[in-house]
Amino acid sequence: MFIKQLSVFVENKPGRLTEVTRILGEAGVDIRALSIADTRDFGILRLIVNDPDKALAILKEKSYSVTLTNVIAVGINDTPGGLNKAMEILYANNISVEYMYAFISKTDDIAYVILRVDSNEKAISALEENNFSLLTSKDIYEM
Amino acid sequence: MANYWNKEIECMSREDMKKLQDERLVAQVKHVYENVPYYKNLMDKKGVTPDDIKSTDDLHKLPFLTKADLRDAYPYGLLAKPLSDCVRIQSTSGTTGKRVVAFYTQNDIDLWEDCCARAIVAVGGTNEDVCQVCYGYGLFTGGPGLNGGSHKVGCLTLPMSSGNTDRQIQFMRDLGSTIICCTPSYAAYIGETLKEMGLTPDDIKLKAGIFGAEPWTEEMRREIEKLLGLKAYDIYGLTETSGPGVAFECEEQTGMHINEDHFFAEIIDPETGEVLPEGSKGELVFTSLTKEAFPLLRYRTRDICVLSREKCSCGRTLIKMSKPMGRSDDMMIIRGVNVFPSQIETVLIGQGYAPNYLIEVDRVNNVDTFDINVEMSEEQFSDTVKEIQKKESELVEAIKTVLGINPKVHLVQPKSIARSEGKAVRVIDKRKLH
Repeated sequence: MFIKQLSVFVENKPGRLTEVTRILGEAGVDIRALSIADTRDFGILRLIVNDPDKALAILKEKSYSVTLTNVIAVGINDTPGGLNKAMEILYANNISVEYMYAFISKTDDIAYVILRVDSNEKAISALEENNFSLLTSKDIYEM
Repeated sequence: MANYWNKEIECMSREDMKKLQDERLVAQVKHVYENVPYYKNLMDKKGVTPDDIKSTDDLHKLPFLTKADLRDAYPYGLLAKPLSDCVRIQSTSGTTGKRVVAFYTQNDIDLWEDCCARAIVAVGGTNEDVCQVCYGYGLFTGGPGLNGGSHKVGCLTLPMSSGNTDRQIQFMRDLGSTIICCTPSYAAYIGETLKEMGLTPDDIKLKAGIFGAEPWTEEMRREIEKLLGLKAYDIYGLTETSGPGVAFECEEQTGMHINEDHFFAEIIDPETGEVLPEGSKGELVFTSLTKEAFPLLRYRTRDICVLSREKCSCGRTLIKMSKPMGRSDDMMIIRGVNVFPSQIETVLIGQGYAPNYLIEVDRVNNVDTFDINVEMSEEQFSDTVKEIQKKESELVEAIKTVLGINPKVHLVQPKSIARSEGKAVRVIDKRKLH
């Protein structure tokens, strides 16, 4: 029930981000969702893409520091309080969130939240017990 | 009217000084040859015996000593006296591996302090003065050397050591310090602090400052003189030869008189080792003529400078050296600390980063900035900022442990630091110190 997130080390300098998106674009990699964590000197670009292994190989070839991390993509009703329900469950189960970001699907009323937590197993079982739907890699690729 | 600590020596005629140097050198070479197997071995390899050294004109026949020799011979290999005759060690900053330990007999300390006394008197010091020593005390030679010199002159000595600037200023005001000894960057910092406290040079009584242990410019001299309302003088020395006081500036402020009755200076071509004629720019080499416990012969300082025997208005006949104009190796002095790029390289490899880095040194408001660009490595990369920053602070901590000063580390993309053919550019020094 994990999906693979691609993380890329990007220096805080003009043009660095464009370089990554250009490489991915030219390789035909489709970006589903992204977020950036930034500090004074660098940022971590986190991406959900249609083909993480290919993206990883291509960026490595271009000397980027990249890594794949297992994250959870959970479907949330796109209504007020929808996200809170999921958060309450994680909190009640003593699960810490390292970071999260969201995207909205093109077709239905579902928003998807990408979660990076301290324990994927605990989070998955807690969310599934409470009838949240989790995306598989296949779902993401075919989205 | 110039004052001297030892007029006979400081104003000695060239002929008499040469005679004194010749006698001392002949005895010193014999002393070293008989007591330091490490150096005897170097002389034997070159086919030189003490009998070949009849005067300073023969000095060029002797082998050089370098920092590498000091490391090889660490700790006792260059010791020329039994430990029972030694009373003190001093040591240089740097890593354990690159540390230099110098030994002193009581006589060595007396002569060293005597050299420092000459420097204090040359800037107008007398037993009426209050001398505030804010060089570091301890293994570093700065504090102990000037402290001893100040005692000899009879100044009221304030053994402050460095740091605690508010207290420095308080003592300076309460006790009316007239002479200050510290690194030029710390002098500038004290001056800035004084200004921030809403005080002016009129609130303190300093008349002279003796500043050394790091490179500084004429611009910085004028800045310090303005900030503290004093005359700023340069002093030169290195732990290997004794400490500060190897050479000192007089009121003319145009270079430093070398205490050549104790330290014989040569200028060589750093590539060939050939001795260059007076007035040439080259690497400064010192031979200790009087040290008993740790007498280095032809020690290569790696400092590039010029020697001059031009007549000095102060009346001293001691040969003068210019401010060092650079180094013949890659050592940098940052905030008074000796830094070799190779030390940083070793830490980077140890911490799992690529040995590809760029050091940027600058001087902002008279304080050295020290930035290191380090390439992110696969091993150190993570998807969370927290993890990366934890490893980054471990790296900063490791560098600090080795160098004693805090760098600012910047993580950059892999392979983004230019690889050059041959010698890599590892350091950008923007300080314009020479």
